[in-house]
Amino acid sequence: MAENFKLTIVTPDREFFSGEAEMVEFNTTEGEIGVYAGHAPLTVIVNPGILTVTQGETVKNAALHSGFVQILPDEVTILAEVIEWPQEIDEERAAAAKHRAEGRLAERGPNVDIDRAQVALMRAVARINVVGK
Amino acid sequence: MASMRDIKRRKSSVQSTQQITKAMKLVSTVKLQRAKGRAERSKTYFSCMYDTVVSMLSKAGELNHPFLKPNASQRKAVIVITGNRGLAGGYNSSIVKLVRENGWNRDDVIIYPIGSKGRDAFARLGYEIGEDYSSAIEEPVYADAMAVSNQVLGDFASGRVGEIYIVYTGFKNTVTHIPTQLKLLPIKLEDERSDDDKAVLDFEPEMEDAIDLIVPKYITSLIYGAMIESVASENGARMQAMDNATNNAEEMISNLSLLYNRARQSAITQELTEIIAGAQAIS
Repeated sequence: MAENFKLTIVTPDREFFSGEAEMVEFNTTEGEIGVYAGHAPLTVIVNPGILTVTQGETVKNAALHSGFVQILPDEVTILAEVIEWPQEIDEERAAAAKHRAEGRLAERGPNVDIDRAQVALMRAVARINVVGK
Repeated sequence: MASMRDIKRRKSSVQSTQQITKAMKLVSTVKLQRAKGRAERSKTYFSCMYDTVVSMLSKAGELNHPFLKPNASQRKAVIVITGNRGLAGGYNSSIVKLVRENGWNRDDVIIYPIGSKGRDAFARLGYEIGEDYSSAIEEPVYADAMAVSNQVLGDFASGRVGEIYIVYTGFKNTVTHIPTQLKLLPIKLEDERSDDDKAVLDFEPEMEDAIDLIVPKYITSLIYGAMIESVASENGARMQAMDNATNNAEEMISNLSLLYNRARQSAITQELTEIIAGAQAIS
């Protein structure tokens, strides 16, 4: 049994999650990372992706879109601007958003904001993946 | 003395006004409770955010980052949060007063209004009005704050403005609301430096990129917090104003009732006197 740490996920509107966790995984600007207890102190920026919380036998997924994470050896705080549980996601809308973003990226016209379309695509993919899990 | 009918008419007019103010008071009480709940729920987020930014900036030292020093522009972006509605005592006017009286040159200021009362007041005073976000104050959500913060940060980066301020009404408790002015950018290090160096934090990506990404989030959270607090204050102020109005109406009604009864009594006395005088004249 691995050691637990305290995981807090807060958003501007509510406390999204609070409790003991064994491991938490998410996507950052530097790539995907997984955090166990006793991690070196670190602050990372979130990229859209799936957040996975492992608590013994149970595994929880959520779509994490933006924010940053403060990692301390015995405590991890995720300041999420946007985060959703799978049951809160509208799959059809996410699929439509994915389609739209892909269209924009394929077009690459002068009026297309490539960065924005890319982020929108990542968000849509994260939503679809977390629902599919 | 006014006639009985006049007094009666006036009394019923005051009564119907009182009913309106009473209803408005009840509505704003409910809205205040809701806004207070929201403000409390989001408190954890802001304190975490604040701690991170403070420890980050105190570690950053003399970092030469564009967010930390003023740029060439003399102009100031001022985000002004007021209500879309009046009848809230001095809630809207004290915000306008605060901006007018802090010694800024009118031509150096661009107002970014959130709330149409503030927008109209500053337009009348001849200030330059930037993008208007008044609809956001009805039911503030985080995305609204993000839109405002993207706008002002974009103007800061492009050199349209050199400093960013926010003026809002801080919510201390139900009866105390403080008009507050806060400087968002450039961040002054002296104010933000923390005394205890509690956590040695490493950053991934590098510090400068991290500031690039975290400071906009920090600004957004400040704007969002200011919006929530202002909504709570607005409803608190309206509740108080309407409570006073209801009490005043009560007082007026009791005075008018007294007058009415007096008028009624003297009318009866007069009638009696006339009848008796008439009877005596016959006999």
